[in-house]
Amino acid sequence: MSQNFSLFTRMNKDLPLSILHELTYEIQVSEVMSPQISTLPSTISMRDVKNVMRSQRISGIPIVSAEQQKLLGLVSVEDLIRALEQNKLDAAVTEFMATNLITALDEEPVVEALKRLERTGFGRLVVVDKKGNLAGILTKGDIMAGLLRALEKTYHRVEQLQQDEQSHHFFAALNSDETSLTLRYRVRAGDFIKGGQASSNIKKALQHIGATPQLARRVAIATYEIEINLIIHTDDGGYIVAEVRPAQIKVVAHDDGPGIADVSLARQPGYSTASSKAREMGFGAGMGLVNAERCADELHVWSALTVGTRVEMIFNVAVP
Amino acid sequence: MKANEIAAVIDGEVLVSPAVDVEVEYAFAADLMSDILAFARPQILMLTGLINPQTIRTAEMSDIPLILFVRGKRPPKLLLNMAQAAGIGVLLSAHSMYETSGLLYQAGLSGIGKLSVVQQR
Ligand SMILES: Nc1ncnc2c1ncn2[C@@H]1O[C@H](COP(=O)(O)OP(=O)(O)O)[C@@H](O)[C@H]1O
Ligand SMILES: [Mg+2]
Repeated sequence: MSQNFSLFTRMNKDLPLSILHELTYEIQVSEVMSPQISTLPSTISMRDVKNVMRSQRISGIPIVSAEQQKLLGLVSVEDLIRALEQNKLDAAVTEFMATNLITALDEEPVVEALKRLERTGFGRLVVVDKKGNLAGILTKGDIMAGLLRALEKTYHRVEQLQQDEQSHHFFAALNSDETSLTLRYRVRAGDFIKGGQASSNIKKALQHIGATPQLARRVAIATYEIEINLIIHTDDGGYIVAEVRPAQIKVVAHDDGPGIADVSLARQPGYSTASSKAREMGFGAGMGLVNAERCADELHVWSALTVGTRVEMIFNVAVP
Repeated sequence: MKANEIAAVIDGEVLVSPAVDVEVEYAFAADLMSDILAFARPQILMLTGLINPQTIRTAEMSDIPLILFVRGKRPPKLLLNMAQAAGIGVLLSAHSMYETSGLLYQAGLSGIGKLSVVQQR
């Protein structure tokens, strides 16, 4: 997964050739080999080999000892041609097969196998697993086909990525003299179970329309503190309204009471009138408005006793 | 440190695996949600003894990927479901906040450093 990702991050910059090269490092032999494990015993003749190759349309067959199934060699189309040339189709396979076997490990990267093919000039490698058991056959053709498949997948994923990217700019695609998105939530007093949903939904909405993680986080934290205040300090809860514009986000919380007697006092760190219930829930440290102010670019509080409270926060969207 | 390594260090449990098996470099411990909201950085481990839905919300708002509940307080299913839905991993330690923090600190998980002093009302 992480390896594929590394490939992606480089894809935009690199030439396709270097991607191919990269893929040879990232793809395992087992992903591209022919997992054809049909073997033939060492007792058969080259004529039998010819028949099997023709009927199964394969160009290389591992030869194993009749008793222990031990890998003895590999007979290839080239060996068969030599036998035909010498008119020795009835000779034993052991006379023509290659015995100095060049193997590839199923778990190694394709690039290693490719190097070995190049170095030895062999047409195919026998693939074995860690325990030495036969796993398949690998030809240059297999590698090519496997790389093309992987390349195709890679491009599909890049296309997908580009589509996702586009949906991130839907604001930019909406053309009007004034574009805005309004999200409105009712927040109930004393609701510690559902509490925080407004903030959570606003955060998700911002992420959807492509806000940076930093922007989404600071709006979420500030809104959450203000939402909690509606839950723990008001008689009947209140409303949270987020107005999202391309350059600025405004979040307003308003309620109908009880109101704040001294707003500047309420905004000082550590000042709190929170109930013991609110404290049990981990709030009421008198840091809410301070936190919100730190996260927002502007924070305004209007309040009157018995009338209600209105908290307005402005977040500027930084242009990249 | 990843969730599994943290669980091993504190001899605890992973109750919910995080959506992404993140590597956290710092931890912050508090029972006050406002303290977490104010001081915690994103992508850190949060230690708390407070068990309620707002604990999960707090982590969600703060981009915290892992919560470690201390003092052997096993959270109810509702909280675990909430965490799962938010992609947040949940761990449980049977040690106190002090001992859990000590074990993790000893294992190389740093704190967020000294904070500024603010006069309280
Ligand atoms: N919506 C509100 N209605 C009435 N009082 C509020 C409201 N919001 C805040 N306050 C008052 O302001 C104080 C400070 O709020 P805050 O900084 O969030 O700290 P905390 O919520 O921890 O008490 C509260 O204790 C409360 O007295
Ligand atoms: Mg508050």
